[in-house]
Amino acid sequence: MTQTLERPTEPEAQRPGRRSGLSRRTRLRFVPYFLILPALTVLAVVLLWPIGQMLYISLHDYGLQQLRGQEAEWNNFGHYIYVLTDERFWSVFRNTIIVCLSMVVLTMILGTLVGILMHKLPKWASTTLGLGLMLAWATPVISAAIVYRWLFDTRYGLVNTILNSLPTWLVGSGWNEFNWFNSPETLFPILVITVVWQSFPFVAISVLAGLKSIPNELYEAARIDGASAWRSFWNVTFPMLRPLFALLLILQVIWDFRIFTQLFILAGGITNRDIHLIPTYIFQLGFASTPPNYGMGSAIAVIMTVLVLVISAYYLRAMIRQEETR
Amino acid sequence: MNNVYRLRKRLGRGGAYLAALAVFIFAVFPVYWVLATALRPTGEIFTREPTLFPREITFEHFERVLSGVLIPGTSFWSFLTNSLIVTVGSVAFAALLALLAAIAVARFKFKLRSAFIIMLLVIQMVPVEALIISLFINFFHLGNALDLELVGNLTGVFVIYIAVALPITILMIRNFVSAVPKELEEAAAIDGASGWTIFWRILMPLVAPGLAAASIFAFITAWNEFLVAFTFLQNNTGAYTLPISLQYYFGAVSIEWGSIMAASTLLTVPVMIFFLFVQRRMVSGLTMGAVKG
Repeated sequence: MTQTLERPTEPEAQRPGRRSGLSRRTRLRFVPYFLILPALTVLAVVLLWPIGQMLYISLHDYGLQQLRGQEAEWNNFGHYIYVLTDERFWSVFRNTIIVCLSMVVLTMILGTLVGILMHKLPKWASTTLGLGLMLAWATPVISAAIVYRWLFDTRYGLVNTILNSLPTWLVGSGWNEFNWFNSPETLFPILVITVVWQSFPFVAISVLAGLKSIPNELYEAARIDGASAWRSFWNVTFPMLRPLFALLLILQVIWDFRIFTQLFILAGGITNRDIHLIPTYIFQLGFASTPPNYGMGSAIAVIMTVLVLVISAYYLRAMIRQEETR
Repeated sequence: MNNVYRLRKRLGRGGAYLAALAVFIFAVFPVYWVLATALRPTGEIFTREPTLFPREITFEHFERVLSGVLIPGTSFWSFLTNSLIVTVGSVAFAALLALLAAIAVARFKFKLRSAFIIMLLVIQMVPVEALIISLFINFFHLGNALDLELVGNLTGVFVIYIAVALPITILMIRNFVSAVPKELEEAAAIDGASGWTIFWRILMPLVAPGLAAASIFAFITAWNEFLVAFTFLQNNTGAYTLPISLQYYFGAVSIEWGSIMAASTLLTVPVMIFFLFVQRRMVSGLTMGAVKG
């Protein structure tokens, strides 16, 4: 690397210590703190303080009066006790787990298979497929939700039209006016498809990048030993890419746990009580219910945060360890 | 034997192409369907016999979106302006603050350095979806205390986008700063260059690509953001950003699918363009170090 610099005309000795008072050393010691101060301030106001506030609100009776300035009253873990014994919360919780797990499992399997496929294809085909995947990946979340809502539209949706034109013995009848978005049994699968459609490309392209880093000799050795494709995946690919798979898995779980927009658009708002997942449930309690119950919403938000942090503990530990060895 | 092997191989390759084609269609079709719907005349959209390709291409939906009034007192252009202000502004601020912090973390050894980094890593995991209630309440109180309006206009959204972008942006830019050899800066210092000269003439040119990548990354996130904007702007239609304006095409009685698809296309195009630039960096940024284990 060549970097040309103009040499200063005056010799070194003529530069006096610019500022008197603090020594250069002391000044240098404060420099990093000045540098992180602006970022730290914003983070403290927007993220750290609200985290504290969330804990505080979750432990107090907090509604509209409190928002307007009335003193909030300590309620002795009342929200947590209520939530943890509330059947509704557990049904939302169960749905969240089921939906999230389906998304994660499908995304990981499909993404991995497509990654392997891309690795096997000749370059032109792999690049073309990669561009196609990018279209799905880059689509804004809200647009993705909207187009799936359109594809499954009750009256004019493509899916209902196709199902309607297929023979009755194969798919049954009554697709003409079939509404997918009203009940959890049909809405959640569409939500899963919408999310998987957008997230498998990232897994595929990450797996492809991982596969490229595995030396080919390992596969040749496996082939000579007569290993099938299945065996060579489990005995070569998987162990080599284990850290990558672990990371992708955790990222997917965290992301899918946070699904809000897609559900909001597909369900056409959050008025339907049966279709909540944790994030929409928090929103419902905090903003859409009358009167808003900020305390209860925050208690669930705390539970959600703890869950996300527990799930990401492995990732965080790996990241922090990597920091320490830097 | 040899023939059987060759046949199997050829069949295998045919199967691979077939699978690739299926995946390609699965990935691309919805995007195509957005565009195809946006370009069809209304009569062709609301039919029980849709065709794969539009029989007739029209730009009426785009015209309606660009010139129409969705909510009184607003227009596509006001949504676009709001989106641009809040996105570009927050990304610029985030990039500046992140650059400063990244230099501190990459170039200085100081007491709270690891504490700061660990805080970034952890805070990055806390979902905004969980924080949304307390964010709203905090900004409500903060606005009252400072006699500013932070809820119900773009200010609050703006500040939140900066904060949300910061952790990952700092960590990404930090890697680029670390990659600049210290010797370059030391050599310049020996030559008598001041701190500012070193910053502008040595560090910046080398870090700029990383800064750009991290900024595009933050841009895409803010451009697409829905929940925060929706929560904070609900009662102020004049401040709507593009993503939250889209849901207003869902009328109470009917949905204007042509317009919504045209608007959706307009929202998507900038993201697609930026995505092309950072796609590779997104993978490596998100899976930092995972392959090495």
